Amino acid sequence: MNKTVLLGTLAASALLAGFASAGTLDDVKARGELICGVNTGLTGFGAPDANGNYQGFDVAVCKAVAAAVLGDPNKVKYVPTTGETRFTALASGEVDMLARNSTWTFSRDNDLKLDFVAVNYYDGQGFMVHKDLGVSSAKELDGATICIQTGTTTELNLADFFKANNIGYTPVTVADDSEAQRQYLAGACDSFTTDASGLAAVRATMPDAENHIILPEIISKEPLGPVVRHGDNNWGDVVRWSYYALVAAEEKGITQANIEEVAASTQDPEVKRILGLEGDLGAMMGLDKEWAKRAIAASGNYGEIFAATIGEGTSIGLARGLNALYTQGGLQYAPPFR
Amino acid sequence: MQKSATFVRKEMLQAQEPPTSERGAIKWVRENLFSSALNSVLTIVGLVAAFLVIKAALPWLLHSVWNANSLGECRDIIAARYGEGATGACWAVVRERWHQYLFGFYPQELFWRPTMAFGLMFVALAPVLYYGNQRVNTIMTGVVSILTILALIGISLAFPQTIGGVEAGALAVLVAALVLGGLTAVAWLAPKRLLYFTLLYPAVGFYLLWGGSIWGPIGTLAGFAVLVVVYNLTKGQLGVVVGTGAGVVAAAIWWLAIQSHVTGALHSVLPLGTAHVDSDEFGGFLLAFVIGVTAIAASLPMGILLALGRRSDMPLIKALSVGFIEFIRGVPLITMLFTASLLLQYFLPPRSNFDLILRVIILVTFFSAAYIAEVIRGGLAALPRGQYEAADALGLDYWQAQRLIVMPQALKISIPGIVSSFIGLFKDTTLVALVGLHDPLQGVTKVVRAAIEWKGIYWEPYIFVGLIFFACCFSMSRYSMYLERKLKRDHR
Repeated sequence: MNKTVLLGTLAASALLAGFASAGTLDDVKARGELICGVNTGLTGFGAPDANGNYQGFDVAVCKAVAAAVLGDPNKVKYVPTTGETRFTALASGEVDMLARNSTWTFSRDNDLKLDFVAVNYYDGQGFMVHKDLGVSSAKELDGATICIQTGTTTELNLADFFKANNIGYTPVTVADDSEAQRQYLAGACDSFTTDASGLAAVRATMPDAENHIILPEIISKEPLGPVVRHGDNNWGDVVRWSYYALVAAEEKGITQANIEEVAASTQDPEVKRILGLEGDLGAMMGLDKEWAKRAIAASGNYGEIFAATIGEGTSIGLARGLNALYTQGGLQYAPPFR
Repeated sequence: MQKSATFVRKEMLQAQEPPTSERGAIKWVRENLFSSALNSVLTIVGLVAAFLVIKAALPWLLHSVWNANSLGECRDIIAARYGEGATGACWAVVRERWHQYLFGFYPQELFWRPTMAFGLMFVALAPVLYYGNQRVNTIMTGVVSILTILALIGISLAFPQTIGGVEAGALAVLVAALVLGGLTAVAWLAPKRLLYFTLLYPAVGFYLLWGGSIWGPIGTLAGFAVLVVVYNLTKGQLGVVVGTGAGVVAAAIWWLAIQSHVTGALHSVLPLGTAHVDSDEFGGFLLAFVIGVTAIAASLPMGILLALGRRSDMPLIKALSVGFIEFIRGVPLITMLFTASLLLQYFLPPRSNFDLILRVIILVTFFSAAYIAEVIRGGLAALPRGQYEAADALGLDYWQAQRLIVMPQALKISIPGIVSSFIGLFKDTTLVALVGLHDPLQGVTKVVRAAIEWKGIYWEPYIFVGLIFFACCFSMSRYSMYLERKLKRDHR
């Protein structure tokens, strides 16, 4: 009885919080600052640098949204969130959006009442092994000891994969990447599994990277993307289209460097609509004409952001792979700006 | 008659050295290390274990690298110097990122402010730790002043800044020298007066750390003035307890309803202030000290009141105290932290922006106060009943009896327990990493490791942070032993 009352109160206050922040766009404009939930520190995707400025692939989405809404990519307050606190922080209104390598799953979308507005990185779970183990496929890992982070979807994926292939393994649980790397290098486990992007970063920083290989199998789908609260569709659209503006800019060859030049000389009607020279797409979601132009100018188009933060030119060295544009065999595809 | 030859020794024998097995190092070794078969085995096992640890760690420590820009560079240097396959410590990470471990993301040009606040904290502590002791107070204030000025000089060299053509670091050093010199003079001339600075310190420290308009802290201090004035006006008619209550209510009204208008008006008339620093820029040991010191300072008085409340005869006060203590002690600290970071936001009005660090400080204070209350209750229970009766017989009222007779003895008994609570609390501040704050152990280390240059570094940050924590906790523990010796009054 008492429990019911308490839960009822909690639910009611959650609802109230939901209603009260129904106009996140207005809140952000009134505040003059976007509050963006980011990772406490993930190489390449989001972390403060030596001077405390947040940098990274996910952080660039925050900057694009801030530029679109507020006109300044620096008007962002970054709130570091952990794996445990991220969704509650979003639901309670502590942050306006999450840009924090969170996997889009059915239950998070429906049960947790979140909206994944886009996928900015298609990831998948992979395996790294010592080269001298002589393994060339994950299916040969029968009886292996595997380092795995506890409490993540990767743990469940691993169990699913081995059960499906009817082979056995011994898990060695670790708390985070650095501990996993340490255990793996010390020989406590034959293989280390996590998202392929994470594996690449770990391998890049090993003293003997050439002795380790990442197996070809990707055993899970991990679509990572920005998240907003369920029920505030206008705000969800703002975040979604700010992101798609970056992808469309890459499709159309608009870069941070040539954006003014393109705006002056373009004949392409869609580019004109994106850059606010024709039509008034911005007004349809409560922004001004040049919202997308500013979002692109913030840190460049999708391809530029990728190349600058995690791409093959950086020490992390991730290939575009699934994250190439659809025209180049990838999955990144922006709906038409019309 | 045959004379029997008697032998009488005329002179004393020279004292001989004890046998070799009963003196010197051999005796010590026999007594301490090999006194029985079991102890001999344990000694040998211990020596082997120590040898193995040293064998594993010593080369690593000896192969330390201080100058490098990334972990990879460290490895190259070690490989070049000590041959392929050698391992070594890469302290370059500490050299590169020490400021993040100490200050988090505090603006670099303002590093002098937390440094100054840290130095002044010890000046404020001096009269509390060594009340009225002119020599110790002066030495402590003087030494702290010199160290603070040296630290400021070091910081201004590491992060040179100019404001309007003036070397900002030099300016900070000058101001610090004047302020600290003045305080040292006070400690020398009138050590007891230094206590006024201690009372003022929370406002000074707050202002140095957060900055902003100067009227904010002044307005808050004015609230205490309101409290004292109302208390003095009403205690004659209403008595001490109700007078205190009235004072608190008046101060609360001032803080909640009036203060912001007054300070706002004052600020618009006379905008004095310095750069404001947001609390999400706090991190590292700055954060640990802000949370730890505030919670320690606030939880001791709160714990005393709760302990007295729990022993009170008034049912309401007793029930509230027991309920508070038992509830807080029954809940893990992590739950409190999650409550602070997540649940409170649901109950607060929308768009209210209640600082996360403040929320964490309040809940950590509650947590600590509940434990301190129980420690002090142990001290109160240890006092013989005669002490209370003697106080009554002298005609002292409740507060006089507590202040003059009960508390001095109860607190003395509780010192070890109180200090271990404080040490535990200080170390527990690292748990705030779980709610996304940048504590020195996990939070900052994670940030450092997220940089590709330092990804994969493992022991060095932990050792660095661990050593600083050890130094802090060890000094607290030594101080508590000093205090116990000083207050030792054996039952005669």
